[in-house]
Amino acid sequence: MTFNFDSKSPTGPIEDRWTNHRFSSKLVNPANRRKHSIIIVGTGLAGASAAASLGEMGYHVKSFFIHDSPRRAHSIAAQGGINAAKNYKNDGDSIYRLFYETIKGGDYRARESNVYRLAETSVRIIDHCVALGVPFAREYGGLLDTRSFGGTQVSRTFYARGQTGQQLLIGAYQAMMRQVSDGNVDMYPRREMLELVIVDGHARGIIVRNLITGELEAHHADAVVLATGGYGNVFYLSTNAKASNTSAIWRAHKKGALFANPCYTQIHPTCIPVSGDHQSKLTLMSESLRNDGRCWVPKNLNDTRMPSQIPENERDYYLERRYPSFGNLVPRDVASRAAKLECDNGHGVGPSKLAVFLDFQDSINRLGEDKIREKYGNLFQMYEKIAGENPYKTPMRIYPAVHYTMGGLWVDYNLQSTIPGLHVLGEANFSDHGANRLGASALMQGLADGYFIIPTTLTNYIGGTNLQKVTTNNPEFKEAMDSAKNRINKILGIKGNKTADQFHKELGHVIWDYCGMARNKEGLEKALKMIPKIKEEFWNNISVPGTGEQLNQELEKAGRIADFIELGETMCLDALTREVSCGGHFREEHQTPDNEAKRDDEKFAHVAAWEFKGEGKKPERHVEELKFDYCHPTQRSYK
Amino acid sequence: MESKHESNKMMTLHLKVWRQKNPHSEGKLVDYELNNVNPDMSFLEMLDILNQKLILKGEEPVAFDHDCREGICGSCAMVIDGNPHGPQKSTTACQLHMRHYHDGQTIVVEPFLAKAFPLVKDLVVDRSAFDRVIQAGGYISVNTGSSPDGNALPIPKENADLAFDAATCIGCGACVAACRNGAAMLFVSAKVSQLSLLPQGQAERAERVAKMVYQMDAEDFGSCTNMGSCAGACPKDISLENIARLNREFMRSMISGRKSYPNRKGGASEGSPA
Repeated sequence: MTFNFDSKSPTGPIEDRWTNHRFSSKLVNPANRRKHSIIIVGTGLAGASAAASLGEMGYHVKSFFIHDSPRRAHSIAAQGGINAAKNYKNDGDSIYRLFYETIKGGDYRARESNVYRLAETSVRIIDHCVALGVPFAREYGGLLDTRSFGGTQVSRTFYARGQTGQQLLIGAYQAMMRQVSDGNVDMYPRREMLELVIVDGHARGIIVRNLITGELEAHHADAVVLATGGYGNVFYLSTNAKASNTSAIWRAHKKGALFANPCYTQIHPTCIPVSGDHQSKLTLMSESLRNDGRCWVPKNLNDTRMPSQIPENERDYYLERRYPSFGNLVPRDVASRAAKLECDNGHGVGPSKLAVFLDFQDSINRLGEDKIREKYGNLFQMYEKIAGENPYKTPMRIYPAVHYTMGGLWVDYNLQSTIPGLHVLGEANFSDHGANRLGASALMQGLADGYFIIPTTLTNYIGGTNLQKVTTNNPEFKEAMDSAKNRINKILGIKGNKTADQFHKELGHVIWDYCGMARNKEGLEKALKMIPKIKEEFWNNISVPGTGEQLNQELEKAGRIADFIELGETMCLDALTREVSCGGHFREEHQTPDNEAKRDDEKFAHVAAWEFKGEGKKPERHVEELKFDYCHPTQRSYK
Repeated sequence: MESKHESNKMMTLHLKVWRQKNPHSEGKLVDYELNNVNPDMSFLEMLDILNQKLILKGEEPVAFDHDCREGICGSCAMVIDGNPHGPQKSTTACQLHMRHYHDGQTIVVEPFLAKAFPLVKDLVVDRSAFDRVIQAGGYISVNTGSSPDGNALPIPKENADLAFDAATCIGCGACVAACRNGAAMLFVSAKVSQLSLLPQGQAERAERVAKMVYQMDAEDFGSCTNMGSCAGACPKDISLENIARLNREFMRSMISGRKSYPNRKGGASEGSPA
């Protein structure tokens, strides 16, 4: 396979790069746009906003999603907020500052051009969402309110109580439904992408399974856009929704798209701790809570007193102690490791001892319970339902959990993968967050990609490419269809003794234990021996009742887990090869004396992109060197 | 939160679950006994355990919609002992925990049934009618790139808060399942309220409500008889006030609307002045 490893990143002054790039991009005449069809897979923030904006331009968009409605995509669950460099608070914010902090927060592992464009676009996202009727939080004067998030000392996070993702997604969904109404977008609900179809080296279609009838369908288009989210569910327990999966991007990877930085996963510091083996998923408590909540553990080892019984001088507010200037608002990777360290050292609380306190008493005393309820009411309610304790009265118990994956399909500045015509948006790509994502930046990236970037870059692709006529009668479609069919029949034919969930849990334990918050060579090598065994057993012993010609949720799960197993192996390989710590990738062998991640910019200031070389073969590692013209890498400090 | 039992004491439950292979086959309640139910489990985790047992016996698991399991995506939809999403107020099925049940209890689990929500399989129903109602007009028509500064238009906090309260609807359909007429008034009124309370929604205010109400009727949702079961079942506490606002908006649209809308017989609610 050949691929072009050119990032197409523009040069020149950083503030002019996107403007110049737009000017040099090819255009498509409005009358010609309706002759071009675009497949978009996924309807989260990135997919729904892309469908809306490309539909508005006049393209014929076909939108595919696994849920019954586009509004169910997991962006809906994002709680805290969305960043924008508006400087409405007059606190020294600027586009450059958002750019700089995102690069620094990502531990200097993202591409400068992409991140500057993201920061530049952020201000327009807020304007557009307000115009769409998104009910952001407002101050008494009627203007937009903001709050602070980790990794920054300005207040630039716009929010809608603790349901910002819901409100932004419903806004994008409605914009998309308007295009459905106008006939520019066709919806294909309850369809799962099983194969990418490549004709003459270009992405020209997909094979999907109709989840209700089981029928396999072939769909062709002039370009394919994947906006299918992250792969955090490889860990089994994560804050991702149950259906979130890697299959679309993994199948594209197996067709030639490089997979970048798979080991960069984000462990979110504040989640409700695991309560038992029955647990099916974890629930996040928004980072915004660290605006008003203080993290602490008892100073005494194995202290089992009720938190209210522990006097102030016997509490260790460890984040405020270790990071006096950022305090409770250090970035996620730093906060997660700090919580783990306290628990590893015997200061953990609760029945499992794998938890720390997040305490609102001081804020409640200062602002009153009503003010706290207004800011975080739904989060407190959710905590009470799950944990069975009232967080207005007693501190929350929280522990880090898998939340987001910075890795994903490699894309260039145009958000195009190494397969021409295949574009990847949002969490599914690797592009903007380096080795650690700052809070409230995922919503920003999803909407920047969908509303503002893909309309330009996809038009550039369509306008600049001589696209041959393709229909689903092309032999490539039949081949892909047969391959999808065979895989389903194979899974159904095994009739073994273990369920999909059992395999998923087993895989999750291995990945969490050896490729989780802290990694080391020995563990990763062990995982790389264990995962192939899980894979072998899966293909000999999976049990999926029922047939393929009906709604079969176990068949869906099994197909996704088969892909997670393969991805898990590449993740461990990536983590093993990256002999260094940075951001969310913490190799125990590489840390500073005070337990911070120790980077090596000489050897590792690059993106690692893996190429699939065939079943059972070791993937090949390629490298895109990162150049820093503006933000010169230094040891990241939040002290 | 008060538990009805000692924590960590495993329970045995008797389940009666609606099983139906497809829309054309006969459905029936099937009995299952489930041991070792942990009170900290969510209701859906309890169903997961049941399904694992069924699969290992070679039987088909119970199909049900679910996804985020945080009460926000609106996927989960089941009637538990006669109540959509179960007995707890302001709670989706995925956020209902087994600590509210006691050892030996019988629980009946059925799908959200309504004329406009055809059954797909077991507990899964087709709620695409909601999408078509939104498609009919539940949006503000602005193209990407044409918006003024977000702070160009101040919105009084009170209006913003009311719009927000309406916007918290998750589109689960509990309101329809709870209504003896299978009406979707609470769902439609939440969207109409949100957008008509905001200055950005004014341009299409009259047209939007008319189109959404016509589509609601075309989808075979029933009429509203102001019983309020919808608001009682709503996991997000969408208020009945929104239905009052919908009726007012609809009447306003009929009187002041400058465009001609498709013909329609009655008002938005039976018994309402429109």
